Amino acid sequence: MSKRVVLEASHAVAEAVKMADVDLIAAYPITPQTHIPERLAEMVADGDLDAAYVPVESEHSAMSAVLGAAAVGARSFTTTAGQGLELMHEAVYVASSHRYPIVMAVCNRALSSPISIWCDHSDIMSCRDTSWIQVFCLNNQESFDMTIWAFRVAEDPDVMFPIMVNLDGFTLSHVTEPLELPDQADVDKYIPKYNYRLALKPEAPSSHGCFGLPEIYTEVKLAQEFALRASRPIIDKGWEEMSAMFGRSYKAIETYKGEGAKTLVVTMGSLGETAKMVVDQKREQGEAVGHLNIRLWRPFPFADFRDAVKGVETLVVLDRAISFGGPGGPVASELRSALYDVENKPKIVGFIGGLGGREIDAETFAYMIDRGNEIAKSGSDYLYEPILVRGLDTGTGVRG
Amino acid sequence: MAPEFVKVGKYNIDAKEYLAEGHTFCTGCGEALAIRLVCKALGENTIISMATGCDEVCSSPLPVTSWRLPWMHTLFENASAGVSGMEAGLKAMMRKGKVPERDIKFVAMGGDGGTSDIGLQSLSGALERGHDFLYVCWDNEAYMNTGIQRSSATPYGAATTTAPAGKLSMGQNTQKKNMVEICAAHDIPYVATACPSYPFDLMNKIKKGSEVKGPAYVHVLTPCPTGWRTPSNFTIEIGKLAVETGIFPLYEIENGHYRFTVTPNTLKPVEQYLKAQGRFRHLSPGEIAKIQKHVDEGYATLKAKMAAFPAA
Repeated sequence: MSKRVVLEASHAVAEAVKMADVDLIAAYPITPQTHIPERLAEMVADGDLDAAYVPVESEHSAMSAVLGAAAVGARSFTTTAGQGLELMHEAVYVASSHRYPIVMAVCNRALSSPISIWCDHSDIMSCRDTSWIQVFCLNNQESFDMTIWAFRVAEDPDVMFPIMVNLDGFTLSHVTEPLELPDQADVDKYIPKYNYRLALKPEAPSSHGCFGLPEIYTEVKLAQEFALRASRPIIDKGWEEMSAMFGRSYKAIETYKGEGAKTLVVTMGSLGETAKMVVDQKREQGEAVGHLNIRLWRPFPFADFRDAVKGVETLVVLDRAISFGGPGGPVASELRSALYDVENKPKIVGFIGGLGGREIDAETFAYMIDRGNEIAKSGSDYLYEPILVRGLDTGTGVRG
Repeated sequence: MAPEFVKVGKYNIDAKEYLAEGHTFCTGCGEALAIRLVCKALGENTIISMATGCDEVCSSPLPVTSWRLPWMHTLFENASAGVSGMEAGLKAMMRKGKVPERDIKFVAMGGDGGTSDIGLQSLSGALERGHDFLYVCWDNEAYMNTGIQRSSATPYGAATTTAPAGKLSMGQNTQKKNMVEICAAHDIPYVATACPSYPFDLMNKIKKGSEVKGPAYVHVLTPCPTGWRTPSNFTIEIGKLAVETGIFPLYEIENGHYRFTVTPNTLKPVEQYLKAQGRFRHLSPGEIAKIQKHVDEGYATLKAKMAAFPAA
């Protein structure tokens, strides 16, 4: 029997890592990720989790240590945030290039400078092209579910890619709320035993991480690209199995009250919960508004997204990162690109907000939806409109 | 009781070659020779984590590899963090019964740049955490793989492409970083210097370092004909001269106790070592005298340590 518990989201992740029976955790403390490694270290210290806990001296070494552990076939976990993700950046690429099924929880945090420990998505956007599978969570239940799902999918022989589970720093990582914890036996059934075929072992020596000359580099990278895209059916299968076993269903692109919606407000991460609340209010007022949640950021679910926005007139997209000097918020740009060749496509109105922990409340979402509908009708020569900026008039945007 | 240490020698040497022929190391490379000997001393129950450098580039051009031992390369500065994960991860799996219990030697390898510059933090972390592993540094005294740029291991007076000798410069104007003492300061059970010109001394130190429980560090001077500007058939000789002049003494520190493993009767003048190499050819007699003084002082300090903390 599953049990209902009350846990902080960070502790829900730690619980999932424990139930996945990892062999090694390597982590370096950084706010707002600290509650995850602290809880795991405690579990190891109490004998509740039989794993090596390697208290490394940097995030670069955290990722490097899990690379080593993954190379010998150990089920490995690490976790970081913001600057830590930036420091380990080059090793992040190696994890996916070596096809090691590492799971990493990222408590999304703004980037320096000025130094900020609070949430936005600047850190994860720098990892967009690292060839990791990347998902976002909205609440504590999802933080647990996505973490066990990550082990199930990453280690599938038809996937063998690392997975980042993203939790908004503080606004999700530090939130305490009820969730269902499944039985250990069910988790054991859900995540099969892992046996890495190419593990480094003396009886069958293999070389990991060779030198790639121009004659072969392209082929290696293209193989990786094809493999990442081909992982999609298993990504979905992982969620289908979760639905069958635990009764909770997830999809790459999820819509809320999307039926008949003329406007969809698009978010990625925990702000989706606030957005849904505003959608309820708008529906009560008779407005044809829905919500679209991007759960799977990489590999990007193009077909699912195009299906989900059929018949929609306006997409109001909230980005939590700036693409400096670029085409607009990274999510909005991605969606524009996804729809470029589609006929009768919705208009995309981009907003940027929630940077460095700036709050976005229900009222702000209501404003964005109204303003988005207005811009969709009147047109705009702005790339995007930043919201709630001191010294900037409402309705002023950034030009290309 | 710990098993008795069985020495490598003329009649006790692994005949297997773990570094396969076909690699792309330069002719006369001291590092390739050292790797070959070191792997023989380690034997087949070994897993290697290697830093970026000549050693990795020359041994693993896809789609082929020279490695007959399980081997991983990821990045430049993280060989020690990588081996930490291998050791801790595999031991956890053994404890949990996921893989059979066995004695595996976990070894990290890197060049002088990958060890004393960019990889120093990762190495220090792994030594401090007490992982059961051996770190082997191939010291050819500059970034040879990228074209002879200076590192913190480049000796005083050597000309490199980023510390060239010129009208206003005599080349490297800093003293070589003392990696042996830095590692020994981590209070690890075994630290040693070695050189492939003394093959059995090298192999026995590797064997000892890999068999000791806890971290061990062996610093191997690997002459580089390309960067030192020496003839390719002079590698063994120049390594010997480094030892015979006292520039690179061969010794070990076991649990804090010092011991010379090769003891020249009298030290040769450093001039013999310096004059044999193109990288030092610009040095004036005054600069050579300065280097001689520094070597004499260093050797005296080392002898004082031998006397103060002698091996049993």
